[in-house]
Amino acid sequence: MINNQFLVFVKKEFAHVLRDRKTLLVLFGLPVMQILIFGFALTNEVKNASIVVLDQAKDHQSQRLIGRIGASRYFDIEGAVDDEEAIEQNLRSGKVKMALVIPSGFSYDLAHRNKAGLRIIADASDPNTANTLSNYLSSIIMDEQAELNANVPVPYTIIPEMRMLYNPQLKGVHNFVPGVMALVLMLVCVMMTAISIVREKETGTMEILLVSPFKPLLVILSKAVPYLLLSLVNVGTILLLSVFVLDLPVNGSILLLLAESTMFIITCLSIGLFISVKAQSQQTAMLISLMGMMLPTILFSGFMFPIENMPKPLQAITNIVPSRWYYIIVKSIMIKGLGFQAIWKETAILAGMAVFLTLVSLKNFKIRLE
Amino acid sequence: METVIKTHELTKRYGDFIAANAISLEVYKGEIFGFLGANGAGKTTAMRMLCGLSTPSSGSAEIAGYDIYRQTEQVKKNIGYMSQKFSLYEDLTVMENIRFFGGIYGLGSKDIRLKGQALIKQLGLESEEKKLVGSLPLGWKQKLAFSVAILHSPKIVFLDEPTGGVDPLTRRQFWDLIYEAADRGITIFVTTHYMDEAEYCGRLSIMVDGNVKALDTPSALKEQYHATSMDDVFYELARGAKRSE
Amino acid sequence: MRTIKYLLQKEFRQIFRNKAILPLILVVPIVQLIILPLAANYEVKNINLSIVDHDHSAYSRQLISKITASGYFRLIGYNHSYDAAFRAVESDKSDLVLEIPNGFERNLIREQHEKVFIAVNAINGVKANLGGAYLNSIIRDYNMDVRTRLTIPSKTASVPVFEISATNRFNPLMNYHLFMVPGILAFLVTMIGGYLCALNIVKEKEVGTIEQINVTPIRKYHFIFGKLLPFWVIGMVVFSLGLLVSWLVYGIVPKGSIVLLYGFLAVYLLAVLGFGLLVSTFCETQQQAMFIAFFFVMIFILMGGLFTSIDSMPQWAKVIAALNPVTYMIEVMRMIVLKGSRFADIIPHLLKVLVFALVLNSWAILNYRKTN
Repeated sequence: MINNQFLVFVKKEFAHVLRDRKTLLVLFGLPVMQILIFGFALTNEVKNASIVVLDQAKDHQSQRLIGRIGASRYFDIEGAVDDEEAIEQNLRSGKVKMALVIPSGFSYDLAHRNKAGLRIIADASDPNTANTLSNYLSSIIMDEQAELNANVPVPYTIIPEMRMLYNPQLKGVHNFVPGVMALVLMLVCVMMTAISIVREKETGTMEILLVSPFKPLLVILSKAVPYLLLSLVNVGTILLLSVFVLDLPVNGSILLLLAESTMFIITCLSIGLFISVKAQSQQTAMLISLMGMMLPTILFSGFMFPIENMPKPLQAITNIVPSRWYYIIVKSIMIKGLGFQAIWKETAILAGMAVFLTLVSLKNFKIRLE
Repeated sequence: METVIKTHELTKRYGDFIAANAISLEVYKGEIFGFLGANGAGKTTAMRMLCGLSTPSSGSAEIAGYDIYRQTEQVKKNIGYMSQKFSLYEDLTVMENIRFFGGIYGLGSKDIRLKGQALIKQLGLESEEKKLVGSLPLGWKQKLAFSVAILHSPKIVFLDEPTGGVDPLTRRQFWDLIYEAADRGITIFVTTHYMDEAEYCGRLSIMVDGNVKALDTPSALKEQYHATSMDDVFYELARGAKRSE
Repeated sequence: MRTIKYLLQKEFRQIFRNKAILPLILVVPIVQLIILPLAANYEVKNINLSIVDHDHSAYSRQLISKITASGYFRLIGYNHSYDAAFRAVESDKSDLVLEIPNGFERNLIREQHEKVFIAVNAINGVKANLGGAYLNSIIRDYNMDVRTRLTIPSKTASVPVFEISATNRFNPLMNYHLFMVPGILAFLVTMIGGYLCALNIVKEKEVGTIEQINVTPIRKYHFIFGKLLPFWVIGMVVFSLGLLVSWLVYGIVPKGSIVLLYGFLAVYLLAVLGFGLLVSTFCETQQQAMFIAFFFVMIFILMGGLFTSIDSMPQWAKVIAALNPVTYMIEVMRMIVLKGSRFADIIPHLLKVLVFALVLNSWAILNYRKTN
């Protein structure tokens, strides 16, 4: 009997969700688009940076060095300039990111005084890019030096051997895919649940549901089921895209990942429920979900911005952002290939949040009934 | 008699559906013309075409002597419109609404002030002048909306179910305003559901399924259909309707 | 002209009367401008380091103290084995492992060369890259020290070396806020202008007042202009507040001309508002407008080079970035504020944004129908 009624309600909710084609398109299109943008367009890798050279020496050695820089995949030589003013001009207009000055008498100094100066001028308005490029250029120059000295034995050399764990090619996707999953689930679950419950409040149909001999808990539950399924479809889409399009395999257990995602979805649904109890209009529900949930997810879950760089008060805030914990979970399972024992704490936090929010909302919900 | 609205086989199609079919009618200056029909009969569609809110699929019409295809802007200068959805800005005050719509129709600021004050006095809204329109009772809102719609002294004013949801007393007052406007030579084109209001009109047309089924004075219609009231006439005509909500 | 006066009067009244929107317009951007740069800090510092020192020699200790003294690294602890250190990386406690092999000192002196092992958690590519590079250069410095100490001066002098000196223009202290704040300001102006404008006309559609406007003899471009100007003014005000906040909180003063900055913003706002208007002419309900505006604004922001550099995008993404007005605003903000770029430097940007403004607004006017 109860089961039958429940099914009727779930069917009704599905009808609502599937009828609104435009919103549905945004819901399914969003994860695909985000994966594509994050996977292919956004990288922190710096390559093909434009550079100008002021070659005051114009000798054999300076030509060799310039040739070496031009051959590197990190730099595109934009051209040669004649004076410092031109360098300034190029940096200011944003045409180049860096300039190299080779002083006159370069070969002579190198041959007779055993050392020759070089000047790098970086556009440091973006400090990280400037740092990275300076490092690249220095190591190219060092390579040139090593080659010059190839037949002279260099004594007492420490050779650092570096290994990049998890992500040898330093691709951005490793960071972004788990973040996109958190973001998309948040959007679908929180915003859609909140709006769909508030809409029933606005149009008055909620009252009709509540006067029916049906427990409020089941009304709420039937609203949550379609979004839970939709979200799982989204998780599936994202995983398929990341495995087959981005070449990012799931290193850990897929089942565990799906189970944890379901846990996170339930947490998100409980947030949506909580918002819907508080908000009176769709407009408010939308604003709260957007400002209160989307923005913190982007800011404080750690996938766009490193948490350890934030001031202490902001770091404290990140603890109450559910997506922060989910992000750690996904990273651990997907990329590091860890098992449940590594993430039980995060899972417990999510479960705690879900239980707490659901209880508070149900309590408020009942008060509204009387 | 001067003709201010003249339509010839005016038709609006949405795909296969003919919302308004070959409507031909003439309305004269200073007349109160009632436009009746059941829900979905095509009244609003027809009216929206006459106001220039909707482009006809075929047929022709002249409003105040201007062609509704080619001279829409001229048409708009000479008409007023009040829709069934309340259409003043709820977050502006009474006077601010008057000033805005007066300004939009190109009245001078002195003109707006004088006419606005007269209007407020006529409606007895002196103490509400600085209140937001949203806070007024529905009846007053409707009366205000009508007065604002004729502020620029249009030749014709179109009223789309202007008295929906209003109490009988306010409806009576509303019709007093309509008569006053008609006396000033403004032609009134009004749609309504209330049959007692139909009796107030000079002439009536009744639409059924997109077609104009009858057009005459209330008394002539009653005679023609051997009915004692407009209710009976309407019932007689609308009974055969295929579409209704 | 008089019609526009009445339109503007009405719009401004409605905006100032709306108690929900006004704080949103003024307070939210300021709060965001204060919080965002603090949160969006990509500066790489405090890299967590685990050390596995198998050698326990004077040399290995010297190297370790040189690394910890550099300021870039935070020593999490010493581990006895690589596996133990790796577990610290797994649990995100550590970002980098330095392993010094047994016999490091002995081999370096006797064999003339020795390896050290570095393992970097590379899930975050930027951090890994920079962290690795810092560690490398510290080891190189240490290597030089060792060499000078151990070799006879004449022998070293025979090897020719390049001496590199680096200058960091525009931001010598490498302050990350200096980079982020102008970009975030551009982003905020875009959000506020785009959203508000998109929602505004749709609201008149939902309430029904648009019908009343449509039966009036008002001209389409008058109406659109009347809708546009108030939000243009709001955009200017929000921007000015933002400049004030970035001066008070971050001490950022534009190096270039303020007049030029406002001049560019004036044109840019027209483009953003044109986009908002266009969205609103396509939508029927506020919810739809909200979703669609959200969808596009998100793409604009992500593809606008706010967080990641456009130079490193693939070709197709560069095309999208070039078709995105936000790209030019972010770039010009950074150019004028940080580099003091002049009018001649931003002419190409200005022309492109002007084209956006013209196209988007004309499209919106064409698409706004008084009749249907």
